[in-house]
Amino acid sequence: MKMMKKAASVALASALVVSLAACGSNGGDGNSNSGSTGSDTFMIGGIGPTTGDNAIYGTAVKNGIQLAVDEINEAGGINGYQISYKFEDDQSDSEKSVNAYNTLKDWGMQMLVGTVTSTPCVAVVEETHVDNMFQFTPSATSVESVQYDNAFRMCFSDPSQGTVSADYIADNGLATKIGVIYDSSSTYSTGIYQNFAAEADVKGLEIVSAEAFTSDSNSDFNVQLQKAKDAGAELVFLPIYYQEASLILAQADRMGYAPKWFGVDGMDGILNLDGFDASLAEGVMFLTPFTPTADDEATQTFVANYEAEFGDTPIQFAADAYDCLYVIKAAAEKAGITPDMSVSDICDAMKTAMTEITVDGLTGKQITWGEDGEPSKEPTVVVIHDGAYTVM
Amino acid sequence: MSFISYLINGLSLGSVYAIIALGYTMVYGIAKMLNFAHGDVIMIGAYTALISMTQLGVPVLPAILIAVVVCTVLGVVIERIAYKPLRNASSSLAVLITAIGVSYLLQNIALLVFGANTQTFPSVVKWSGLSLAGGQLKISGVTIVTIAACIVIMIVLTLFVQKSKPGQAMRAVSEDRGAAQLMGINVNGTIALTFAIGSALAAVAGVLLCSAYPSLDPYTGAMPGIKAFVAAVFGGIGSISGAFVGGILLGVIEILGRAYISSQMADALVFAVLIIVLLVKPTGILGKKIQEKV
Repeated sequence: MKMMKKAASVALASALVVSLAACGSNGGDGNSNSGSTGSDTFMIGGIGPTTGDNAIYGTAVKNGIQLAVDEINEAGGINGYQISYKFEDDQSDSEKSVNAYNTLKDWGMQMLVGTVTSTPCVAVVEETHVDNMFQFTPSATSVESVQYDNAFRMCFSDPSQGTVSADYIADNGLATKIGVIYDSSSTYSTGIYQNFAAEADVKGLEIVSAEAFTSDSNSDFNVQLQKAKDAGAELVFLPIYYQEASLILAQADRMGYAPKWFGVDGMDGILNLDGFDASLAEGVMFLTPFTPTADDEATQTFVANYEAEFGDTPIQFAADAYDCLYVIKAAAEKAGITPDMSVSDICDAMKTAMTEITVDGLTGKQITWGEDGEPSKEPTVVVIHDGAYTVM
Repeated sequence: MSFISYLINGLSLGSVYAIIALGYTMVYGIAKMLNFAHGDVIMIGAYTALISMTQLGVPVLPAILIAVVVCTVLGVVIERIAYKPLRNASSSLAVLITAIGVSYLLQNIALLVFGANTQTFPSVVKWSGLSLAGGQLKISGVTIVTIAACIVIMIVLTLFVQKSKPGQAMRAVSEDRGAAQLMGINVNGTIALTFAIGSALAAVAGVLLCSAYPSLDPYTGAMPGIKAFVAAVFGGIGSISGAFVGGILLGVIEILGRAYISSQMADALVFAVLIIVLLVKPTGILGKKIQEKV
């Protein structure tokens, strides 16, 4: 009886394998054998947490890449070659991430999209640097994540959000007198504030009040608001998360202070806060790489395809990952690389090409990269209007 | 003009501290223990009011009443189960540690029941407040109600302790528990009553705190609880008027410090003032020096 069961399960398993393989070659358009050792396909690997605490991020990246790979293969691939794609789970753990990298190397990976979270990315970039493997992270924000010349990123780094915000405010003439309220007990908030202040100085914006709070005293903002008001701030910059921002908006409303409000990606989600009065956030602007409710055509198509494929609304991580593949495609076409080149040759060619291309993506328009791996892109700013996010 | 605005904000914050500090100071004065779970009773009170208002659709005043009843029962139950068995324990540390335990227990139960997500507290004061000096000075309704509530509670409580029979029993137990028992005072009943009043005040403080700063999570009570404890010690622990003075002063120092010295240093300043006061006057501003009888 036991033997029978075993035999049955083996049979089932092999049937499954056969059917999967069939799927693969159908999807490959007959142009190549998907998953073969790879002299005629580009082998692209991905690493991120698909289980554990940050599973929602890793899964979004995995799906975002999948969607882009399918589209690119459908449209004829990169330089006429199809892409083979494999994603490994790292549970957002540095050690597991390095193991996942080695697994993918054994599989024959030529370029890495990942890792998703900052800490493992810092560990993996050490390995890719030694191997001279091209690495492109969709979402690792810490500065060290792309510290070597073989690594690039799609998202803004933490501190650069401050620079970009100041540029946006100055270039669009939103205000000249700025108040800032930031969390001095968070490196995220302080880092953004410092870069904001430096850039504001360059751009001729005047920071009339810069007031801090700490995580121990994050409920009373009357003083910070009063100071901003007395100093005549026309716009208050909030490089903080949405919980505190919701309190600030409520207290400002109560004291009859109505400046313009400008936040960063931490503001994303304020409308989902339980019981939050959306009218308080009317007119609040914030920097975000992507919002699924944006009404431009590219976003709408992406959201519709993603929902059809995975049954879920994409978050910014999915959009970053999707963009990564199209950037790789653009750079690969610029460099004219082919799958029979060595990993190191591909990396060297890509390194140069990355700094030469300009790409329009879901998470920004006219994106270019510097040798330091940091993207330079026009930020997308959304404004809250009638309780919904609207792209400006 | 902004100085007046800061001052009023300080008074409002101080009023909340004072109401919480009353709970600490009464329990200390009568049961001679520090009830560190007091801050978390505030949080439970705020959640009770929130759920009554948003999910059960109860109007504001009955919702506050429900919160007061729930907290009163909770306070008495905590006292019965966690503190009373330890009242005659050899070490006074035992009951202090138990209080810390109860504090974490309440926080974690709240995490389990209500979740870690921050909830936005609806405004209980619909009045938009006063606009003075041609709109330059705006005092919100919540601020005025908070200060008024604090003054009313203060007066009622002082009258209660000075004039009523249970109040006199409280003072007697506070002065000498053994002698009070010999005089036929129900000591356990009096201590339970103290916990009941302290917890009822905690419910009111919770609602006022969350109306002024409309955000509620399971840790909301922790920091105000500690600050109010500081206020109670500052004013002289065991003294009702001390809690009032301590609370108000602490609130004003915190806000003015944040405004005129540094917004990052506000907390450090509050605790520095505490240290200085205790160095100069170890029993606190209004604390009485009690001679130990040998």
